[in-house]
Amino acid sequence: MGPYSLSGHPTLPCNVLKFKSTTIMLDCGLDMTSTLNFLPLPLVQSPRLSNLPGWALKDGNTFLDKELKECSGHVFVDSVPEFCLPETELIDLSTVDVILISNYHCMMALPYITEHTGFTGTVYATEPTVQIGRLLMEELVNFIERVPKAQSASLWKNKEVQRLLPAPLKDAVEVSTWRRCYTMQEVNSALSKIQLVGYSQKIELFGAVQVTPLSSGYALGSSNWIIQSHYEKVSYVSGSSLLTTHPQPMDQTSLKNSDVLILTGLTQIPTANPDGMVGEFCSNLALTVRNGGNVLIPCYPSGVIYDLLECLYQYIDSAGLSNVPFYFISPVANSSLEFAQIFAEWLCHNKQTKVYLPEPPFPHAELIQTNKLKHYPSIHGDFSNEFKQPCVVFTGHPSLRFGDVVHFMELWGKSSLNTVIFTEPDFSYLDALAPYQPLAMKCIYCPIDTRLNFIQVSKLLKEVQMRKLRPERRRDSHKVAQVPLHVVCPEQYTQPPPAQAHRMDLVIDCQPPAMSYRRAEVLALPFKRRYEKIEIMPELADSLVPLEIKPGISLATVSAVLHTKDNKHVLQSPPRPIQPPASKKRKRVSDDIPDCKLLKPLLSGSIPVDQFVQTLEKHGFSDVKVEDTAKGHIVLLQEAETLIQIEEDSTHIICDNDEMLRVRLRDLVLKFLQKF
Amino acid sequence: MPEIKVTPLGAGQDVGRSCILVSIAGKNVMLDCGMHMGYNDDRRFPDFSYITQNGRLTDFLDCVIISHFHLDHCGALPYFSEMVGYDGPIYMTHPTKAICPILLEDYRKITVDKKGETNFFTSQMIKDCMKKVVAVHLHQTVQVDDELEIKAYYAGHVLGAAMFQIKVGSESAVYTGDYNMTPDRHLGAAWIDKCRPNLLITESTYATTIRDSKRCRERDFLKKVHETVERGGKVLIPVFALGRAQELCILLETFWERMNLKAPIYFSTGLTEKANHYYKLFITWTNQKIRKTFVQRNMFEFKHIKAFDRAFADNPGPMVVFATPGMLHAGQSLQIFRKWAGNEKNMVIMPGYCVQGTVGHKILSGQRKLEMEGRQILEVKMQVEYMSFSAHADAKGIMQLVRQAEPDNVLLVHGEAKKMEFLKQKIEQEFHVNCYMPANGETVTLLTHPNIPVGISLGLLKREMALGLLPDAKRPKLMHGTLIMKDNNFRLVSSEQALKELGLAEHQLRFTCRVHIHDTRKEQETVLRVYSHLKSVLKAHSVQHLPDGSVMVESILIQATAHSEDPGTKVLLVSWTYQDEELGSYLTSLLKKGLPQAPS
Repeated sequence: MGPYSLSGHPTLPCNVLKFKSTTIMLDCGLDMTSTLNFLPLPLVQSPRLSNLPGWALKDGNTFLDKELKECSGHVFVDSVPEFCLPETELIDLSTVDVILISNYHCMMALPYITEHTGFTGTVYATEPTVQIGRLLMEELVNFIERVPKAQSASLWKNKEVQRLLPAPLKDAVEVSTWRRCYTMQEVNSALSKIQLVGYSQKIELFGAVQVTPLSSGYALGSSNWIIQSHYEKVSYVSGSSLLTTHPQPMDQTSLKNSDVLILTGLTQIPTANPDGMVGEFCSNLALTVRNGGNVLIPCYPSGVIYDLLECLYQYIDSAGLSNVPFYFISPVANSSLEFAQIFAEWLCHNKQTKVYLPEPPFPHAELIQTNKLKHYPSIHGDFSNEFKQPCVVFTGHPSLRFGDVVHFMELWGKSSLNTVIFTEPDFSYLDALAPYQPLAMKCIYCPIDTRLNFIQVSKLLKEVQMRKLRPERRRDSHKVAQVPLHVVCPEQYTQPPPAQAHRMDLVIDCQPPAMSYRRAEVLALPFKRRYEKIEIMPELADSLVPLEIKPGISLATVSAVLHTKDNKHVLQSPPRPIQPPASKKRKRVSDDIPDCKLLKPLLSGSIPVDQFVQTLEKHGFSDVKVEDTAKGHIVLLQEAETLIQIEEDSTHIICDNDEMLRVRLRDLVLKFLQKF
Repeated sequence: MPEIKVTPLGAGQDVGRSCILVSIAGKNVMLDCGMHMGYNDDRRFPDFSYITQNGRLTDFLDCVIISHFHLDHCGALPYFSEMVGYDGPIYMTHPTKAICPILLEDYRKITVDKKGETNFFTSQMIKDCMKKVVAVHLHQTVQVDDELEIKAYYAGHVLGAAMFQIKVGSESAVYTGDYNMTPDRHLGAAWIDKCRPNLLITESTYATTIRDSKRCRERDFLKKVHETVERGGKVLIPVFALGRAQELCILLETFWERMNLKAPIYFSTGLTEKANHYYKLFITWTNQKIRKTFVQRNMFEFKHIKAFDRAFADNPGPMVVFATPGMLHAGQSLQIFRKWAGNEKNMVIMPGYCVQGTVGHKILSGQRKLEMEGRQILEVKMQVEYMSFSAHADAKGIMQLVRQAEPDNVLLVHGEAKKMEFLKQKIEQEFHVNCYMPANGETVTLLTHPNIPVGISLGLLKREMALGLLPDAKRPKLMHGTLIMKDNNFRLVSSEQALKELGLAEHQLRFTCRVHIHDTRKEQETVLRVYSHLKSVLKAHSVQHLPDGSVMVESILIQATAHSEDPGTKVLLVSWTYQDEELGSYLTSLLKKGLPQAPS
């Protein structure tokens, strides 16, 4: 049943689960760290970038110098940036029935999957996830398409060539499968396959499986998913947060009673405290601006930026920053700011309350109204006329490889008055900065990652394991409490981060130990399905005769007709035997042949010989004799030439071919036995 | 036998004071808690003493559900929860939760401050009442308790209006509240999946109406407004602050823009601005078009529509005024109406339904001389127009919803008895389901026949399914198993497993019958004859001749022995277990008839 792991990135997962003959893809993350190997795409012609020297092999061979450029000791591919797609060979993706999306960051590979693999299923996601996911994709496509690059490098991807390259290019995985960005047309087509869902909505898949999104507390509309049948429950936890930021809090209680918990999307910076980072962010920003410098914040157009703007809203007056302009530059800046205000139902309690007043839930509305925050689709157009320094600029992309941020890096990089503050945790800031070296600009690293850290995970796992007894789910009723929770996670979470190898606290600690997976691996989930739901129709139920076998336990034998439709099973009373019309035609011999599939119940119990003999006598057998044998008794009916062997768990009636007699004896024996 | 009971305390063969009690699988739910606009006495609120005479309501009701913010659906809520006393959960959608306290406060103000009533709920009570409200999302399954779950569906009608499914186990009922099956200028159409409830409780305001196309009505409306304004008259449009008002504002705004008209349009209460703000913040509840374009142009930011001041009513010249409330039963709309009623150049357009007893209802039914407070007679000379803009489903829409949901039974509320009668017949004819229309205080009881869910062991299920996926209608396959019932846990397992689980041994019951047949040949030959005979008769069964000289039919063993006294007779020993009884007994009788003569 999987999971089949199609992504090696723990926060941008893509797993496929086969559950009760339904194939479910969990998330569709796109690993964009591959773009760090490429040169930035400048919006404005950059002499520095275009004059970088070509890279030559140690032996002086320069056949790659058109494709590879060198900057401060690092080598970059001079080409349209490419992304590392989920594995497409491990499993036939056209067989995927549904894709469940947990948050807008984890759907960026969707067009590659839905448009190019023969996928014909349905994608499920919440409305904010879809709307903001669309904005992220739109921004990405826009960033890449507005700087057309003639060159598409491919020589370096040759296995023999790649071997000769310096790290990290040498070690890049599966470069042959890297792909360019999709088009807006593909995005629209992919998004049209999404069906919107709400938190706690129960979605039936083919009558066999039920999936339910739960609030995960990480982003607007972010969800964890429950995948369950009546007897098995798999929880998929991806990108969850227990911190109080703008989204609705995480729903933990609904994860209880899980058999398996697939855990992905933990914090990428387990040692940093988000609150502390926000403080540092504010003070560094203020310091730079006060000294007359500009602040650049490479960011995504949605998510943490809402919280940062809210912090700044509270902070700017007290820090004396009221006159410093804040700019948010993105092709989707306006939409992102507007969309944030209309998802009241997906927000934390405080923000919801504001909407009831009615006031906009995010204070950035006021920042815009008072002209403190201005947003522009790009640096071209109005921005270039209105832009004043010193200022604070929020813009993408956080990889520093494309988007308006490239321009600001080139513009401000030379002055030590300016500061770039890294808040997004997805890219190593040193790698991001590499093609801009040498830099005079200050670089501050304040990664804000609100997703679960390892301490929160172990608390969460304990919480989830506190089982509430659910009678209908009990299997071996007395063993309930011991049924273990199996945790499945990316291998990165089972060993400390390479840079902090001694930190044994930075791993998932649970019992039984977590099962880990890596890219292109298939795991077997450790539980076996044993039960399935079936419904008994009322008239059949009425006809059942329960018999109390032990105190509190009753049994009833059921003979019924099974109907299965749309994966739902129903038991119906057997039809009354139809009496064949006697007058018509002569019966054929075969009409009488009984159907051996008509099963008779099993029998249990034992026959007390004395009582049995008494019963026989009561029913008119006068010449009963009993002989003892090694294992039991033999009851003889001399006149009828019949003998009945009675042992602890068997009875054998041996008689002449006298059906009347046989049936009489049978019924007397059955009196002492229970039917099953 | 399980049953569903329904008793309307309001909206039974009536419009107003919606309040319906539903008991389903032992759970009691109250649907809506409205006030009646046509009454000012005790009759304005539902009679909650029906629920219990001497206990706390909280003990009798598992939850209360409010379908939308109109006062005839939520107007009695603070009275019910704070004055009568109810502390259980109250469910409504987010927009309803946001807007309903404002309308309640408005209603309280008119009743207490203007009419001077005492013993009415206070502002604080409204606040306390709202604290008991749990907001629900569309399609979210809300677990009220371990057994009772509810789910909201989009209903159109007004912002945040929802239909609710109430479900306990496999029994369910759907309450539509008020709904609209055609999208309008600001809201989408109601939608429900094929949820096959035992009971569908639907509104039936327009039970007999089949409305013409919305476009025609809109054109008509604009033409009438335009003509009146052109001849210098004033147009009064009584509306409720939220709902139709926004739709008509969008309509007039675009018309004014297109025609470049200059006559002022006003919106009466201070609520406008605020009301429009709610629409902006809850834009995800509006229709597709508005949602798609809201970033570029928010449809709820009006350029031509300004706030109204009481003094404007006496201004000369044409104007259009939207004023609340919508049925001319109190407040500003009634004040303006009194001022303008005497001039035949003016026009009042009633865009929605008016309940009996209101001024709106009176003038719509043709009354032109109205007795006002203080015995004053008001003569109505202005033109009175009625245009159905209320967003209720018409007869076609109701039928469409029934078709969508596929209920076993339908129950009509929120409509007039005569019209209900007509719709009831139509529903019964077309869908062959029972249709009920209880009056207030009258109880309808429906028997339900729920299936009983049990767990079946996969081993047993797979064994049965392997026997053939296509059941033969003529010879249905019987499955056999044992149902183990322990506490409330029901499991169906194979008989073998049941025995094993209970630590019981199987008792094997075996029969061996002696069949004497006349045959002088050797035993081996007799056996061969038996074998070929059975083989030819039992075509569908497995018949084997075993190396040890016996014949096996399925699991029934046949051996031949010589007769101890008579060499011309052979004794066939036929041996079978209880489980193969039918076949065993059949074989003995078959063999008893003798073997066919062997070909010589």
